[in-house]
Amino acid sequence: MAEKIIGEHASKEVKAGETVVARVDVAMVQDGTGPLSVQVLQEMGMERVFDGKNTILFLDHATPSPRKELSNAHKILREFSRKTGAYLSDVGEGICHQRLVESWASPGQLIVGADSHTCTSGALGAFATGMGSTDVAIAFALGKAWMRVPETHRFYIEGEFLEGVYSKDLILHIIGTIGADGATYKSMEFIGPTIEKMSMESRFTITNMAIEAGGKTGMIPPDATTKEYLERMGRGDKYREIKSDEDAWFEKEYEFNVSEIEPTVSFPHTVDNTRTITEAKKMNVRIDQVYIGTCTNGRIEDLRIAAKILEGNKVHKDTRLIVIPASRRVYLQSLKEGLLEIFVEAGAAVESPGCGPRVGIHKGVLADGERVLSTQNRNFKGRMGNPNAEIYLGSPATAAATAIEGKIADPREYL
Amino acid sequence: MIIKGKVWKFGDNISTDHIAPGRYFHLRTNLPELAKHVLEDADSEFPKKVRPGDIIVAGNNFGLGSSREHAPRIIKIAGVSCVIAKSFARIFYRNAFNIGLPLLIADTDKIDEGDLLEVDLEKEIIKDLTKGIELKSTPIPSFMMQLLKDGGIIEHIKKHGDFKLD
Repeated sequence: MAEKIIGEHASKEVKAGETVVARVDVAMVQDGTGPLSVQVLQEMGMERVFDGKNTILFLDHATPSPRKELSNAHKILREFSRKTGAYLSDVGEGICHQRLVESWASPGQLIVGADSHTCTSGALGAFATGMGSTDVAIAFALGKAWMRVPETHRFYIEGEFLEGVYSKDLILHIIGTIGADGATYKSMEFIGPTIEKMSMESRFTITNMAIEAGGKTGMIPPDATTKEYLERMGRGDKYREIKSDEDAWFEKEYEFNVSEIEPTVSFPHTVDNTRTITEAKKMNVRIDQVYIGTCTNGRIEDLRIAAKILEGNKVHKDTRLIVIPASRRVYLQSLKEGLLEIFVEAGAAVESPGCGPRVGIHKGVLADGERVLSTQNRNFKGRMGNPNAEIYLGSPATAAATAIEGKIADPREYL
Repeated sequence: MIIKGKVWKFGDNISTDHIAPGRYFHLRTNLPELAKHVLEDADSEFPKKVRPGDIIVAGNNFGLGSSREHAPRIIKIAGVSCVIAKSFARIFYRNAFNIGLPLLIADTDKIDEGDLLEVDLEKEIIKDLTKGIELKSTPIPSFMMQLLKDGGIIEHIKKHGDFKLD
């Protein structure tokens, strides 16, 4: 699948291991990586973009800006947008990866983004990968990028999820099994009956975390669910089928049966340090803050799951709960469905779309010695702004149950 | 290209958060300031100890995590001449060569902190002058070598007007 898409964009047949120059359909930066891209384009005397509609500047990490240095960084991107016609996704619109799948990403596209979780769009059958500021700056100006064609690791997923177990638990379990560098440089392709039955929202959670196993991208072949999603987003005409050939070669093939998986939690400080909820619960881990949101699990389906558990319950008195919808669209939908009311009633602080806490910028930086359970994708030391704090990762259901009990809790007891 | 320098040794899974912590997000438009915190979360004294020409030696999966190019850039600004690890995360790997910071993949177990190394990038040889041993590194892909010779991808594009793959 990866070879096919890269080949179409390099206008030749390509094989894994080759380094090629490929045409890019969509290129994006965010407020943490974009100012450096602008600086690079200025240095090169190439302050221009190949296609204004498909070169995007997302203000989503430090929004609304908590300090003047970051406001000035935003200003650099605003001015670049005015000068070149690049699209500016402003404060409140949402997290880049969620905005991309809502409004840009389509099957067969090649997408590069100056953010490691750009791989999220691969759930729609695009080849989407994270790069650095300079790479994306060059893609902005020339509409192309250099890349090594990755080998593919294929993950065949079968079985029915047990109650209280979600795609987040599956991907944490997979990374716990293959390791945080288990798929370095590889394209991870997810197929099988369980994937076919999964909603797009659940699929995005899986491809979002491909990078946490070192993957260059995570991909899912487009199908009827993809088509329905694109239609809902007003891009039904962009649907096309693309999948690996019957006789395609895979460097590695894995099989997972989800009916054997329990709710899963990653312990500090690596994503592959996973434990089942049964093991985690026995350890009686006190949690000071719970965070539901991010490009991994801040979608409408996630908020519905969390709200269902929190409805009629209160957040534990020694724990804070922060809820952040991933985009304006998700925010509006959860308003209409009354989900935000449930969160606020339960005692949560609901914030505007963005991913500030996840990278330790604002809206929930931890104190020394504190522990957070978050629905995000990464729990490296210092990730949420304090190297003397601990980050645990879990599903929105696990997060909601944990917020109620003030310690790592089993969501199955609330369903 | 021959590089000579003193070793600072790190372990496995040194992430971009160790190298360029997120709490200094506001310094990303001020790289010399950000460089004063380079690798602070792996070794709080490192920014004070590192000297121009020094070499970072690490274990597996160096540079995992975010796409922030600021990470290899501040390693370079701090004066580090080269990073040698058992393996590198993908985005860090390409970012480093794009900005002209050489990376080598080798079995680093025998190298200790404080050793003096002499590295020949083209011959793929790492000499540990302190221990008197010689290690072989994995070859640097030809396009990456080209980028190093051109002084990074910005200079490469300026020179050729486009990507030039052999």
